[in-house]
Amino acid sequence: MRLEYFQLIDRIVELDLTAQTILVEARVPTTSTIFEGHFPGYPLMPGVLLIEAMAQTAGWLVIGVTKFTRMPFFAALKEAKLRSFISPGQDLNLSAKLLHQGSGFAVAKAQIHRDGKLVCNAELTFRLVEFPNLEFRANMEKMAQVLQFPAEALADG
Amino acid sequence: MPSTFDTVANIISETCDIPRDTIKPESHAINDLGIDSLDFLDIAFAIDKAFGIKMPLEQWTQEVNDGKATTEQYFQLSNLCTRIDELVAAKGA
Repeated sequence: MRLEYFQLIDRIVELDLTAQTILVEARVPTTSTIFEGHFPGYPLMPGVLLIEAMAQTAGWLVIGVTKFTRMPFFAALKEAKLRSFISPGQDLNLSAKLLHQGSGFAVAKAQIHRDGKLVCNAELTFRLVEFPNLEFRANMEKMAQVLQFPAEALADG
Repeated sequence: MPSTFDTVANIISETCDIPRDTIKPESHAINDLGIDSLDFLDIAFAIDKAFGIKMPLEQWTQEVNDGKATTEQYFQLSNLCTRIDELVAAKGA
């Protein structure tokens, strides 16, 4: 994670376009100014950022399923549960499964596990729109490389 | 088996917390019922699931934006139900 750049996930481990699932890894940084406020003397990963991490995980799944033709924008959140505290330095395993790809929207379920234990889950809805401009799309392609997005999955799927 | 309209009206009522008896076939989802685009995503998700279809919302929106169709043609509930029936029939064809 690079919290200061709002990058909440580190690596895409697996993208299965047949099952419409994704597996992602992320490590919570050991230091961040965020922990100075949340909370002094008791640093915790903010729940809203864990939700964003699930949104980014599911978002990359949607980008894969739509073969990089649509940009998913986070639109709605349901049944979000933050089940355990997450501390600096912890390794997280994130996953998402597409529930439905509609016309101009997609719905997915996402989860976060730590040491095999479910710590967060939610249902997320995205609006799907064309990439707003070439610069935006180029930056997303660059981020895809950073996250080791398996481009070959698009050719196979 | 409930009619297409009953299924759609129940979905709208539950999704948007609108009293079921105020939802009529002549109701316009946007102008009369005040459903916004985000709520309509929830409704579309539920309708797609209930009927096993994929409503072409992007195409409909484009047609309205281009002046080729009116919102009444797609978002007045009786018309919406006709579109749904057509999509269901096309799926089975």
